[in-house]
Amino acid sequence: MGASWDEVQEGMEIPTLEKNCSTQQLVHWAAGSGDFYQIHYDHNFAEATGLPNIIVHGALKHAFLGQLLHDWVGNEGAVKRVGCSYRGMDFPDQDIHCKGVVTRKYEENGEKLVDLEIWTENPDGQRTSPGSATVRLP
Amino acid sequence: MSDETQESLITDEMRASIGRESEPTTLEVDKTSVRMFARSVGYTDPVYYDEAAAQAAGYRSLPAPPGYLGTPVFDPNRRSARPQQMLEPSRPLKRVLNGGTDIEYLADICAGDVLTSVSATSSIEERQGRLGEMLITTTKTTYRNQDGEVVAIMTGTGIRY
Repeated sequence: MGASWDEVQEGMEIPTLEKNCSTQQLVHWAAGSGDFYQIHYDHNFAEATGLPNIIVHGALKHAFLGQLLHDWVGNEGAVKRVGCSYRGMDFPDQDIHCKGVVTRKYEENGEKLVDLEIWTENPDGQRTSPGSATVRLP
Repeated sequence: MSDETQESLITDEMRASIGRESEPTTLEVDKTSVRMFARSVGYTDPVYYDEAAAQAAGYRSLPAPPGYLGTPVFDPNRRSARPQQMLEPSRPLKRVLNGGTDIEYLADICAGDVLTSVSATSSIEERQGRLGEMLITTTKTTYRNQDGEVVAIMTGTGIRY
């Protein structure tokens, strides 16, 4: 069961989604998304471009935020918009905390909607992918 | 340090490309690719794996998880399966970073759908940043399904430096 619009309040935090990518998950994602840029799975290639390590795909963090929202709204609700910027790098085998806070609750064109501030957070507490989203709730 | 008289990174050709629509790309959404995408993100909701569960939840078939907008039909004779207007700036920039992604969903996308996407550059800006000279390109891609209905609009930000 997902969240219900009546129970949502502006300012409330939604349940955190915890991620920690193995290098294997990054390879899964490369195949699942079609992004085969080598900085995400080839350590030597990543170092040659000046990176300290292979890095987590930005679009995977966007997809994590999509899952954060889907898992919260369930299948009676819907994710209407998900957007984020990639401000900081995340690395394999490090925690990525996916979080969201309700910023606005409203009705529009007969739909019960909620806007959220969403982000991924690294182990140092930095927001590496800040963004915003809109979901529909039952 | 930047020389104030240095010419813009943005060429006339790049400026002229703003707003010009790309050739359409065909993208298929199928059950295997939905499962593969959902698994790579780490979803556990059965609607992304089990068609009966998806239909019980009201979907036509496995729904596309957020972020999945179909798989471009691969053609080995085309240079890139995702044609992008990568025009060369006036001075060479070596590296590319993904700056951000924003996707608006206007209708359900499910396995069995065939999408057609068309992209256009909406802006090109240059900036001095932490990475030195940067070129920031915003691209808007519109996805329509087999019925011609707009199902998603993606705004992507690319950074070259």
